Amino acid sequence: MTPDDRKYSKEHEWALVTGIVATVGITQFATESLGDVVFVDLPEVGSSIEQFGKFGEVESVKAVSDLFSPVSGTITERNDAVIDDPEVVNKSPYEAGWLLKVELSAPSEIDDLMGAADYDKLTAEEG
Amino acid sequence: MPGSDTGAYRRTTLYNAHVNLGAKMVPFAGWEMPLNYPGGIISEVKAVRSRAGMFDVSHMARLRFSGPGAVSFLDTVLSANVVGLQQGRSKYHVICDEDGGIIDDALVYRIAEEECLLIVNAGNIDEVVDWIRPRLEAHGSVQMFNYTDQVGMIAVQGPEAAAILDRISESPVSAIKPFRIGEVSIAGAYMRAARTGYTGEDGFEVMPPREALQKVWAAIRDAGVEPCGLGSRDVLRLEAGFMLHGTDISRDNNPYEAGLERFVHITSPGYVAHDALARLRAQGTHRIMVGFKMIGRGIPRHGQAISKSGQTVGTVTSGTHSPTLDANIGMGYVDRRFAAVSTRFDIDVRGRLIEAEVTPLPFYSSRKI
Repeated sequence: MTPDDRKYSKEHEWALVTGIVATVGITQFATESLGDVVFVDLPEVGSSIEQFGKFGEVESVKAVSDLFSPVSGTITERNDAVIDDPEVVNKSPYEAGWLLKVELSAPSEIDDLMGAADYDKLTAEEG
Repeated sequence: MPGSDTGAYRRTTLYNAHVNLGAKMVPFAGWEMPLNYPGGIISEVKAVRSRAGMFDVSHMARLRFSGPGAVSFLDTVLSANVVGLQQGRSKYHVICDEDGGIIDDALVYRIAEEECLLIVNAGNIDEVVDWIRPRLEAHGSVQMFNYTDQVGMIAVQGPEAAAILDRISESPVSAIKPFRIGEVSIAGAYMRAARTGYTGEDGFEVMPPREALQKVWAAIRDAGVEPCGLGSRDVLRLEAGFMLHGTDISRDNNPYEAGLERFVHITSPGYVAHDALARLRAQGTHRIMVGFKMIGRGIPRHGQAISKSGQTVGTVTSGTHSPTLDANIGMGYVDRRFAAVSTRFDIDVRGRLIEAEVTPLPFYSSRKI
């Protein structure tokens, strides 16, 4: 089930907004397409990211994928647990496998993201 | 044809079995093959290293050579000494062109006095056949035919492979010693079985007749062997230091720089690559294949540059995360001056220079010290 408490990008990232902070991660569809995640590269706390801009990389045994941020802002927290143990991203993409917390610089950008139902429709088409 | 043609890609007889098991199917060398099953690549690697895994390798091409002079003919086109090979034994070798470039790497099995089986990579079958056929014309008594479609091939690999196959076969499969080929009966079907593989583990490659392939696959699986796909096969072969043609070696490489000298026998009468290989061996090579482990955080990938103090000194040919070693490993060609074990250099991982250290090949060996 795709959680309906958050928003989704076409690039298969999610953003869960609480006040002015968004928690960012990748979707279950993304983890299933990638296979076993063995490497995650994330920016330092304090750096800025742009909506739909590249912010890191996630690698499975077979492939490398760029990570694109669903929101713009400043990184306030990084989930080092997924750097130490990347398989957490596969096991729990929506909970323990979150990647970053971002203090939003443009909260209205959230409107450019999809709800869970639209995202499910997109992934059904990409199947 | 084994299986069927579906548009651009061929399918093995086991295609439906893979789909029913939930395999992720991908194009590979003109075939649609399983990348991995639902358990994932890492679980498949662990199954092969700790118990047993099974791979559909029916896509690999099988050629048969027979008739008077077949064995001495093969010695003119392969780097193996087939004349010196006893019946029932196999030899890994390379097929080189007249310039010493590697057309393919292959296994030759001497199955009778004047009969051999040659197994080559799926993607290279046309090139190999096109290269051998004109040379065969001068040897009218030797027959070559493509045997790929008559039988399938299942690789059963892992420390428990022999014991499991012994349980389900009517004759002891384990009586076949390493690198030898014999005949066994599994699930009511007779077939050749070779104690060879591409994973660095003990194991067998069984070649059931096409009509028995699904039954034999099911019997091996029911015995507790985990189905494994191309993804884990690639990790396993890299951990074991085996080359992948088209990735690590090609017609642009000679066997000496690829570190394959011990598989090259050039003195057979009439060997077509003799002159080129003798010259290359005398000249020495300025680059050589090495294995390396990453020291910094990053996974090396095919095509990335290897540098030392800012100067490019080589290229990565293969790289992956090794679940067995819990390390990121790779192979590549480097300038000989930087090929000694423990030498450090940098890998350009998408714009970041990550330090790596040369380590002996193979990375992993199943032999207990």
